[in-house]
Amino acid sequence: MSTNIDHIKEEHHHQPSGLMRWITTTNHKDIGSLYLWFSLLMFFIGGFMALIIRAELFQPGLQLVVPGFFNQMTTMHALIMIFGALMPAFVGLANWQLPMMIGAPDMALPRLNNWSFWILPFAFTMLLSTLFFESGGPAAGWTLYPPLSLQGGNSMPFVIFSLHLLGASSILGAINVIATILNMRAPGMTLMKMPIFVWTWLITAFLLIAAMPVLAGAITMLLTDRFYGTSFFTAAGGGDPVLFQHIFWFFGHPEVYILILPAFGIISTIIPAFSRKKLFGYDSMVYATASIALLSFIVWAHHMFTVGMPLAGEIFFMFTTMLIAVPTGVKVFNWVATMWRGSMTFETPMLFSLAFIILFTIGGFSGLMLAITPADFQYHDTYFVVAHFHYVLVPGAIFAVIAAVYYWLPKWTGKMYNETLGKVHFWMTTVFVNITFFPMHFVGLAGMPRRIPDYAVQFTDFNMIASIGAFGFGLSQLLFVYILFQTLRQPVTAADKSWEGAEGLEWTLPSPAPYHSFDTPPKVD
Amino acid sequence: MNRLSALLIASLASVSSFADWEVNMPRGVSPTANAAYDLHMLIFYITVVIGVIVFGVMFYSIFHHRKSKGAKPASFHESTTVEVIWTVIPFVILVGMAIPATKTLIMMEDTRDSEITLKVTGYQWMWKYDYVEDNVSFFSKLDNKSNEARQLGSKIDVKKVDNYLLNVDNEVVLPTDTKVRILLTASDVIHAWWVPEITGKKDAIPGYINELWVDIKKPGVYRGQCTELCGKDHGFMPIVVRAVPKQEYVKWVSLNQKNRVADKSE
Repeated sequence: MSTNIDHIKEEHHHQPSGLMRWITTTNHKDIGSLYLWFSLLMFFIGGFMALIIRAELFQPGLQLVVPGFFNQMTTMHALIMIFGALMPAFVGLANWQLPMMIGAPDMALPRLNNWSFWILPFAFTMLLSTLFFESGGPAAGWTLYPPLSLQGGNSMPFVIFSLHLLGASSILGAINVIATILNMRAPGMTLMKMPIFVWTWLITAFLLIAAMPVLAGAITMLLTDRFYGTSFFTAAGGGDPVLFQHIFWFFGHPEVYILILPAFGIISTIIPAFSRKKLFGYDSMVYATASIALLSFIVWAHHMFTVGMPLAGEIFFMFTTMLIAVPTGVKVFNWVATMWRGSMTFETPMLFSLAFIILFTIGGFSGLMLAITPADFQYHDTYFVVAHFHYVLVPGAIFAVIAAVYYWLPKWTGKMYNETLGKVHFWMTTVFVNITFFPMHFVGLAGMPRRIPDYAVQFTDFNMIASIGAFGFGLSQLLFVYILFQTLRQPVTAADKSWEGAEGLEWTLPSPAPYHSFDTPPKVD
Repeated sequence: MNRLSALLIASLASVSSFADWEVNMPRGVSPTANAAYDLHMLIFYITVVIGVIVFGVMFYSIFHHRKSKGAKPASFHESTTVEVIWTVIPFVILVGMAIPATKTLIMMEDTRDSEITLKVTGYQWMWKYDYVEDNVSFFSKLDNKSNEARQLGSKIDVKKVDNYLLNVDNEVVLPTDTKVRILLTASDVIHAWWVPEITGKKDAIPGYINELWVDIKKPGVYRGQCTELCGKDHGFMPIVVRAVPKQEYVKWVSLNQKNRVADKSE
């Protein structure tokens, strides 16, 4: 009898090796790794495009590329970074961490999980292939505003189809996250006892399910306008170009929070661990996250204050947008209160988290300035906006992902990264990120529009500095890759609980964590 | 390394001889641009104060509550009172910002009682201006010198071109001390018309007619650019407004009306 059970168990663990292991895997850790490596690859592809942009903008006059190609680079850089680098990175982290954090063996829907990852390489192959078309890739900006996007070359249906695939992948991923969190928590883990990262991902998953179909609708209408003779967005046929912007940003603003809420969850996990003190105001953190998510659906038109809305509309969207500062402020205050009278140490994940708080808050301040409609008429579509959203997305979202990787790497691999190199990586990244993006505030305020391949000579100085910073930032990330590979070559030495102040079920597992996280659910009191 | 940094400093020093290190929004020459500037500075200073306080507390904690200084972690982790305080105070500050912002917005959107109307139409990639009452109409696009210099591999030193990328063949002429209503539309894709010192931007959208108003208080030449991505030459459709005293404007109108009539008789 017992041999029989052993046999079954062995069967259960049997899996193909080599490439087929990764293609057929239904394991949350394997899929998490796939997502994270894929995200890293996309981060470098998108980053390479950013460097082409910054190289051209190093000095006035056109030196390297023609304007049409420049526009393809800005468009693709955004699409790759948002849909290829950031979103998959957070899904990868969710895959690795959610089952371990709630005491489950795996995700609730493992085959769906496999599928939602394997859609991505095909979608991005198609998206990137448009760059090699004779008519080039998409060049109307990642926002795809018609009528301009309707003028695009042959790339347009390919871009739209790949966005549809990405949307499908995200929705499948979100369904899996919700099913896992709601059904597979260990006995005793009530909703208000869940780790905060789990909470932020639960809310993010609902945002994804609500927002992605709206994008799908908008781009499908673009497609029919272009190929099937409809005129949803063309004025000549009785359509309305502004309608697209409303629909797009009804997706677009929740999308912004899809990129930042899981980051909040990561920071709320790491700050208490290295302060050796419980997260301050857990309940209010949950409520603040939920309020930000709800508000995200009634602020969309602040991206389009200049389209000529009625006064009442402008006032409404100004007020609701300003309101977001309240729950976001609560989060920042709670982080600071968590550190207050803690016993802090400053390992690499903590350093990235502290930089996150400061630099994300600076991005929040410029966001508040942008919310003020009359001032936004000046800021809108200038480099001030570029500075703002890069502050919340690079030292915001990306720093959180990097912090999470350093924090959980010993749990995932059983190996400790080199702390000195980690700190060097942190300082280089943080210095260069500011050299890159801070001067953009200045040129934006001084009047430089965004999305231009060439500029008037008075903007030269700060653009040169930004370009130098961008190349420094890009090179610093090669160090990150080096650190990752160096860590993987180490022997297994990491303790089960890799950080003195770390809390949560994942630290009760051995390092590296077993293939099926919790075979029997732990008890939570 | 030293030589590299010396080279870097030298190259930066050389560029600063022709360019300036402008870090802020220019002060305006019309009521709407001035109001935007004032609001911008107000909100900026408020955020600076909040930043100093929040980051101050954070850095105090970082320097004093560290394990290497023997800090023992406290055990407190919640307080409803504190949460209510830091929900209410930001809310009150926001109300304080919203009041002047709303007043300014209402002032900006009030285009009534204008004396003349300028219709602006965006094209890929130039602007068309129609002086509705005065029967003057012309296209305005990037001047030839900038246009030659901006081509890839032109070998022209753009720093030697006058107002590189910010010069046009035909300037818009507007009278000072006059409320001018500007109507905006476009013929192909969406553009946006922006001259920072005169007014914030507004989109020019096919099928729409948007409104702006300006009242320029100081004669001078004011430059701006299209600010909505409108295709490959989006970066090359500048706007130049020459503000002149009323009498001069009247003269300019009569001169250009004549030209227009002459054109017609051809």
